[in-house]
Amino acid sequence: MRITVTVDGTAYTDDVEPRLLLVHYLREVVGKTGTVVGCDTSNCGSCTVHLDGRSVKSCSVLAVQADGREVTTVEGLARDGELHPVQRAFHDNHALQCGFCTPGMIMQAIDLLADDPDPDERAVRHGLEGNLCRCTGYQNIVRAVRDAAHRMRPGAGPEAERVAGQMVGGE
Amino acid sequence: MIPAAFDYLVPSTVDEAVRLLADAGEEAKIIAGGQSLIPVLRLRLADPGKLIDLGRIPELRGIRDDGDAIVIGAMTTHYDVQRDPLVHDHASLLRLATDTVADPQVRHQGTLGGAVVHADPAGDLLAPVLALDAELVVCGMDGRRSVAAKDFFVDYFTTALRPEEILVEVRIPKHTGWGAHYEKFNRVAQAWSIVAVAATVRAENGVITDARVALTNMSSIPVRAHAVEAALIGGPASPGAITSAAAHAAEGTRPTSDTNADSTYRQHLARVLTSRALTAAVGA
Ligand SMILES: Cc1cc2nc3c(=O)[nH]c(=O)nc-3n(C[C@H](O)[C@H](O)[C@H](O)COP(=O)(O)OP(=O)(O)OC[C@H]3O[C@@H](n4cnc5c(N)ncnc54)[C@H](O)[C@@H]3O)c2cc1C
Ligand code: FES
Ligand code: FES
Repeated sequence: MRITVTVDGTAYTDDVEPRLLLVHYLREVVGKTGTVVGCDTSNCGSCTVHLDGRSVKSCSVLAVQADGREVTTVEGLARDGELHPVQRAFHDNHALQCGFCTPGMIMQAIDLLADDPDPDERAVRHGLEGNLCRCTGYQNIVRAVRDAAHRMRPGAGPEAERVAGQMVGGE
Repeated sequence: MIPAAFDYLVPSTVDEAVRLLADAGEEAKIIAGGQSLIPVLRLRLADPGKLIDLGRIPELRGIRDDGDAIVIGAMTTHYDVQRDPLVHDHASLLRLATDTVADPQVRHQGTLGGAVVHADPAGDLLAPVLALDAELVVCGMDGRRSVAAKDFFVDYFTTALRPEEILVEVRIPKHTGWGAHYEKFNRVAQAWSIVAVAATVRAENGVITDARVALTNMSSIPVRAHAVEAALIGGPASPGAITSAAAHAAEGTRPTSDTNADSTYRQHLARVLTSRALTAAVGA
């Protein structure tokens, strides 16, 4: 089946098998290997991307379900060599050890901040409940998300993905 | 893992979906949000030859006011249910239960209709649908029919939906002003309910005038705790009355034993969680 998906601002048109998972489409067809696969059971969240601005586990979405829609991956967050504030906060707060869960954590943290620009510790833990960190670095992850919230105010989430007023992936 | 190959069909109306399903016969499966189905396909526990995607049928999505009921399209996501003002005002039990389903990513994709048809005994939306006396509107080649929630759930992962039918919408009588609470017991984040209790209560001047209580994972299907309801109605909305009513919660149940909990422990949980759920519902 022929699909067109906008990934990190660029439209891609490809012939894919219906059974191709979105995460494999992103990694193997588009080449966005920043998004990783950590489990076979839809539990770990390391594959989290945004589909039309909302977080999803890309291992649990078919590429054909994303036809005509916009995907943002962790690779689409930086602007002109500047890390996204959530990326920067993860770096500054040592919120990663091996880093495998980090792309998913960052994408879900941005989604959380879109709905709740200043979450308390509980809200952060709850908002990240679909993301597992095997290195158990949750303390610093929570700290990083709250730090990012303070840096980003006002206008977290999808707003922070905009460049000069334009939605990434738009146009 | 990677699912086995299938053909993928994308109808744009309910009629077209039903026709495709009838033509395809046994080998076809509906896909809604895919949050239960795709994991199953990935593990190759199912291998349908055809998938019919309901995701591009606008009429299946959204929530509307229909007089004495609210009507939720089968393809409405958990996320949209959580934020809808009609659900908030008239079926708050459903909203509170939806808040406990899975995690944010799954709630963005998963749908109310998918959860209801999947009919996992540990699923959190079955008990609220039962407690709220919802009607499930389904559509086949012969048109639409409506099935009461109490007749819809038949067994583990089995509903009254016929193979050539799809679920179109969930009709919930308005429970405006009722207090509600969903008390879920599980061990870790994003885990399924070991037992959970859905309670919604109407109280006037400190007296309980109406009550609905349903239990999650106390049987192969969600069950109403009628004895609890009967004990509550007409009595005071007091801690003592709630505790003695909740003592009836496990009556007539024969829950399963598994690695999470044995049958007696589940019955104990049902009583304790019913008491908690009612206390919160009355306070709300
Ligand atoms: C990590 C994880 C944790 C979860 N935790 C919970 C939890 O704690 N509590 C809980 O309740 N659920 C949980 N779920 C399941 C979640 O609620 C699913 O969203 C839901 O069960 C299925 O909805 P769906 O739209 O994704 O359906 P799908 O997966 O697309 O479909 C499920 C089944 O229903 C059928 N179907 C779907 N829609 C229709 C229709 N309109 N007509 C006819 N047949 C239809 C499909 O053929 C399929 O058999 C979890 C899922 C995951 C991945
Ligand atoms: S790889 Fe998607 S949830 Fe684990
Ligand atoms: S940093 Fe290693 S899994 Fe989270």
